[in-house]
Amino acid sequence: MRKRLTATVWLMAVLLFLYAPILVLAFYSFTEATMIGQVRGFSLHNYVTLFTHEELVGIITGTFGLALVVSVLSTILGTLGALGAFYSRKRIRIAYDLANQIPVVNADVVTGFSVCILLIVFFGMDKNTYLPLIIGQTALCAPFVYLSVLPRLKQMDPRLYEAALDLGCTPRQALQKVVFREILPGMITGFMTAIMLSLDDYFIATYTKPAVFDTISTYVVNATKGSQTEIKTALWALSTVIFVAITLVVVISNVVTADRSGEEGAR
Amino acid sequence: MAFTRKQLGIPYALFLLLFVVLPLLVVFYYAFTNGSGQFTTENFVQFFTNQKAIGTLVYSAVIALITTALCLLIAYPCAYFLAKGRIPHGAAWLLILVLPMWINFTLRLTAMKEILSFLEGNLAFHPFLNTIIGMTYDFLPFMILPLYNTMEKMDHQLIDAARDLGASDAVVIWRVMIPLSMPGIVSGVTMVFLPAMTNYVVLDMMYNSTYIMGSLIGSYFSAYNWHDGSMISTVLLLLIGLMSWISKKAGADSEEGGAIL
Repeated sequence: MRKRLTATVWLMAVLLFLYAPILVLAFYSFTEATMIGQVRGFSLHNYVTLFTHEELVGIITGTFGLALVVSVLSTILGTLGALGAFYSRKRIRIAYDLANQIPVVNADVVTGFSVCILLIVFFGMDKNTYLPLIIGQTALCAPFVYLSVLPRLKQMDPRLYEAALDLGCTPRQALQKVVFREILPGMITGFMTAIMLSLDDYFIATYTKPAVFDTISTYVVNATKGSQTEIKTALWALSTVIFVAITLVVVISNVVTADRSGEEGAR
Repeated sequence: MAFTRKQLGIPYALFLLLFVVLPLLVVFYYAFTNGSGQFTTENFVQFFTNQKAIGTLVYSAVIALITTALCLLIAYPCAYFLAKGRIPHGAAWLLILVLPMWINFTLRLTAMKEILSFLEGNLAFHPFLNTIIGMTYDFLPFMILPLYNTMEKMDHQLIDAARDLGASDAVVIWRVMIPLSMPGIVSGVTMVFLPAMTNYVVLDMMYNSTYIMGSLIGSYFSAYNWHDGSMISTVLLLLIGLMSWISKKAGADSEEGGAIL
């Protein structure tokens, strides 16, 4: 009994540490306060600013647009890479694994800086084309897609593909109808991971983005250095919106996967 | 047959070569050359003989060590309680614990910063403490997850067996639990230590004007000093290589990346 109590207290303390700042900020985002601790009346003005302030709206849509482009690219490249690696000889597969591991273990600062050095300094590519930014973030995200698709391929029964061929499928059809179905959950996990990594990224964006473009991360870091309270408190609202959105996504995706594994178990 | 299955990997192989491997080679090239393109080790010699630079290296190492130790101390019991089933619905609680890592880290740091400003009156009074708190807050979920993944697979009967054979709590923890959970510890440490040495945004946001290794890259970037920036990157890459090698020796869970969600 005492052990259970210790466990509960410990867990609650950690949850408090992780969630208190977000929740307190969420509370104050609905008031007129410009600092935590001020007692002011209820107000939605932060949310109005968030969705009407031209600069903020541009940054939010830009960040999500970028994340979408990067994640689609990453999912295509990472999945193809996992397929290629899985069906290659062992030595080539190890080469894939090694190269793929570099962005995963590397510090984001170094990844961002190295992509900047190669594309912008060495090749003289124009930042304003957004290409360095998209390439840089894809180099960060695609390896995580690869890592979530590869285990699916390993779990797959290799006889399924052979059976499809025996039953008259062309290799392309067998891939589309059999293999693709098996790896789809891995691709979805990889895609979600890529979205989150791109939304979270600060370093690669800083080193490769066009000067006029800001992501949420680069904007927040610059905004907190200034003293514009209107923007500052609107960012509290942004934090709250993102928190609610992420909670919904995580809950829904887990309910869906739980349902699906329930079905599979019943089969 | 129009294509073989292994040819599907060609676009990604090219992508990795061009945008992952080649950038590192170019970084090495810049690190070992000077402004006129001649080979030199001067960049490194200057770094390792400059007291201020070494101070930065030591300061980042201290911050990273404290942050990693704190994360481990907080996360280890958490992961254990959840994996051991001492708390009902362990998997759901785990999800709640790691959920914050999906929220943009600059926004989470903003939240922590506002709380600390309120508690301390002025952030500038405790830059070092605030940096440690900020980093622990930011990286904690990345420590909990690999620890939980390892401990969930761990054979908990071994712990009971050790107890039955008369081992004290300390002996059980030191001789049984920690060795069994080593892969998770190593994965967690590698996921926290390196960001803690390089993530200078935490320091910027907490008004800590001292530099860590990452800040050096940032300032060389702003000064268009590609050679010294590359030199610092190379030093960090060596460190990363060393850590990966150690974690491989220690048998870290290599699937950490795929298991984030």
